[in-house]
Amino acid sequence: MSFNFSTPSEPSLKGGKAFVTLLKRDLTLALRSPGQTLNPMAFYLMVASLFPMGITPNPQTLAQLAGGIVWIGALLAVLLSLDSLFKSDSDDGSLDQLLLSPHPLPLLVLAKVTAHWLTTGVALIVMAPVLALMLHLPAHAFSALCLSLLLGTPLMSLVGAIGAALTVKVQRGGVLLTLLSMPLYIPVLIFGTGAVRAAMDGLPYFGHLLWLAALLVLALCLAPLAIAASLRILVDS
Amino acid sequence: MSSTLIKKWFHSIASPRGFYQFSGRLMPWLAAITGLLMVTGLVWGLLFTPPDYLQGNSYRIIFIHVPVAFLASAAYVMMAAAGAVTLIWRIKLADVLLKAAAPVGASFCFLALVTGAIWGKPTWGTWWIWDARLTSVLILLFLYFGVIALRGAIASEHSASKACAVLTLVGVVNIPIIKFSVQWWNTLHQGATLTLTEKPSMAPEMLYPLLISIAGFYLFFLLVLLLRMRTEILNRERRTQWVQTLTGNGLEK
Repeated sequence: MSFNFSTPSEPSLKGGKAFVTLLKRDLTLALRSPGQTLNPMAFYLMVASLFPMGITPNPQTLAQLAGGIVWIGALLAVLLSLDSLFKSDSDDGSLDQLLLSPHPLPLLVLAKVTAHWLTTGVALIVMAPVLALMLHLPAHAFSALCLSLLLGTPLMSLVGAIGAALTVKVQRGGVLLTLLSMPLYIPVLIFGTGAVRAAMDGLPYFGHLLWLAALLVLALCLAPLAIAASLRILVDS
Repeated sequence: MSSTLIKKWFHSIASPRGFYQFSGRLMPWLAAITGLLMVTGLVWGLLFTPPDYLQGNSYRIIFIHVPVAFLASAAYVMMAAAGAVTLIWRIKLADVLLKAAAPVGASFCFLALVTGAIWGKPTWGTWWIWDARLTSVLILLFLYFGVIALRGAIASEHSASKACAVLTLVGVVNIPIIKFSVQWWNTLHQGATLTLTEKPSMAPEMLYPLLISIAGFYLFFLLVLLLRMRTEILNRERRTQWVQTLTGNGLEK
């Protein structure tokens, strides 16, 4: 799909417009090939249903594990979907167009990551209560689960996009992407599941959420720079 | 005048050839001091220190565990610094260092986990526990694996060097988490054994061999690192005249 960026002679205030254009383009692409959005969701559902079959269908045990299962499922689904974040753009050459555009590259990659989160992360958050219900998570922990995922999924998109950018030119980079991103996801996972566990025990979970929010702000500031740098490195070669 | 001399010296050292020659002269001395310190620290620590009043003889593993654990994270910080130098000043030697240090750092990290497990069995009654410090060191090992794997996956040496630099810099976020995990989360692992700002709580007869052992392990790390860097330099510069002359390949023709 073609898209039109302003030429260098135009005033550079159009960065915001480029952001919106790119976001719209990625969302349109996702809408036209719904598999990209639906596959991670189906994967999410399947991973979550493996646990009752693999460990125990006992509601008490499942309730204990539910928070962690929903979080790990979300983490794996995000990882799965990240592989294609820059791949198709790299294959059809539009990634080179992005790199050549006069607009700041960190802003453009932020648009791509935002589109990724809107198509994957939001779907995972919407599905999470359903899975939590299937896994007998106590009702009073639902809000903690949803809020932690609300902060955690954009964080995972941002951090994982660094790995996706680093592996964009690597043949069969999916496993490598997992290897690079997983260590960076672990703090997110710890605070996310920590919030759910605290809520289950009737303890305040706001602290965990604040940690996630702090990490999200940090990632919002630094990850686009790292993603842009990684893309430039690999495409320059 | 002296500043230009230092600049000149620095430029000659930072070039692969200058570094190779300089490290070659340094090597025998470094090896001798490393051997001396490691033997002194380990023999003193393992054989001649008194047993701990609480942990008996099992505490003696600190003479290996503490230096190795220090180095596991210090090596990563050093790699991140080298990554920054690679990206900012594009000094080739920094990337040689980053590449050479990754497997060494990973092995120290692995050793820290293994010696920790050996220490954990008699003191905590378990080989492994999902304690904050242990888990974060395990993540550090995964970070090392990531850097090594990324290096292996990218064919172009130029892109691999920069990609690894970016990845190490991103991963360095984990280092403060490891450092403060013992203070932030009140878990099984004991607090820091040594801190720079406070008076050591250890008895001097245990402290001195520990300090000597730490210095020995640091130098050992440096020695292995230099060896690996020298090999890497020879490999990268194999087509240049000076390496051809050095290895005798050029003379045959």
